[in-house]
Amino acid sequence: MIAQSFNYESPNTLKEAISLLEKYGEEAKILSGGHSLIPMMKLRFASPEYVIDINGIPGLSYIKEEGGNVKLGGLTREAEIEHSELLKKHFPIFSDVTKLIADPQVRNRGTIGGNLAHGDAANDHPAAMLALNATVIATGADGERSIPIDEFFFGFYQTALQHGEILTEIQIPIPPKGTGNAYHKLERKVGDYATVGCAVQITTDNKGVCTYAGIGLTNVNATPLRAVRSQQALIGKPITDATIAEAAKFASEDCNPSSDLRGSEEYKRHLVAVLVTRMIHKAMERAK
Amino acid sequence: MLHKITVTVNGKQHTAEVEPRLLLVHFIREVINLTGTHIGCDTSSCGACTILLDGKSIKSCTLLAVQANGKTVTTIEGLAPDGGPLHPLQEGFKENHGLHCGFCTPGMILRAVELLENNPNPTENEIRWGISGNLCRCTGYNNIVKSIQWASAKMQGKPLPSSEPEFV
Repeated sequence: MIAQSFNYESPNTLKEAISLLEKYGEEAKILSGGHSLIPMMKLRFASPEYVIDINGIPGLSYIKEEGGNVKLGGLTREAEIEHSELLKKHFPIFSDVTKLIADPQVRNRGTIGGNLAHGDAANDHPAAMLALNATVIATGADGERSIPIDEFFFGFYQTALQHGEILTEIQIPIPPKGTGNAYHKLERKVGDYATVGCAVQITTDNKGVCTYAGIGLTNVNATPLRAVRSQQALIGKPITDATIAEAAKFASEDCNPSSDLRGSEEYKRHLVAVLVTRMIHKAMERAK
Repeated sequence: MLHKITVTVNGKQHTAEVEPRLLLVHFIREVINLTGTHIGCDTSSCGACTILLDGKSIKSCTLLAVQANGKTVTTIEGLAPDGGPLHPLQEGFKENHGLHCGFCTPGMILRAVELLENNPNPTENEIRWGISGNLCRCTGYNNIVKSIQWASAKMQGKPLPSSEPEFV
């Protein structure tokens, strides 16, 4: 269908974009990759009065290593993330995630900032950001503010971003040696949203004891879900079949999947346990 | 409020005043009258609308025409010069029966243009993943893959694989 009429602005600077957002408040939406927003507007599920296109703003798309973190600009395209040699080095999970996002054409436009800012638990990056303990940088009229990922997702399409703020950067701490990370999602067909998705990052010390476990789940909750009890089941002990099974069981119990066209609640809970198990094994493989 | 945009399509500059909500695919089809780019869904799934925007394959139904201002667009009509030889991909689809109804074909071909540019010698698996954003209701994809493999060989100056039908 055809979107409702709207006003279109394409600012050339971040400052201009923020002041437009402040001016129009609730009636404005940011256009980044546009592959969540425009389909919603075509179906008239979203009808913002003002669309602020930030694609013309330089300096928002980058992947760099700085101060012990990998930093990604909010406007970085999924296609670039998919093929980034820098990311493959510490974070093969990014390749896992991006190659499962939609399809190549969508990945040429979709951005990681938009993927997170959309606030959809069915998007793939949020679970990985939970597993990696990322920090989101939001830029507004008063400057930048850091939002830990656990404080970022509030509910259906709701994030910690205020009106007048743009998600400009994602920071991910570079993990120590002995760390592996992985993501997979089960889908009905290629390009689909997740039936269930699971991101894992694990660190073990030189005695084989787990010192860090980050587990994020996709599309089994109103918000991207951190499997807290599962993480706790792993940390402080060696990773064994028993601890993995316990982590898988807790994740299965603690998520809140809906029965829908992708599967029943029971089926999804079962898949969560399966995927948590597989991803812990894959992360451990990569930690070697 | 109308916006004045200038888009270079297949090497020719077009200027028009458009509503912000005009999709690029509608601009291509209805303002410039290039109807080789097709609309096959309403959900950004099918890829029949795929064009090249500054060389990248994009679903033109999920971009606003105003976003293409100052940019270059290539549609299926722009692949071969008027009266000139077919692009190897067009020839490949012809030789290898890569289409039945042809509705998905322009999108498939333009996607394959970028695919082969980034990866001139793709494996079968890479081709199948590479066209995962383009749906075909007719062919079952095997001949599409074959056509792209044929074109890849032609573009690298390698011996051409057989165009005979295969039984799988």
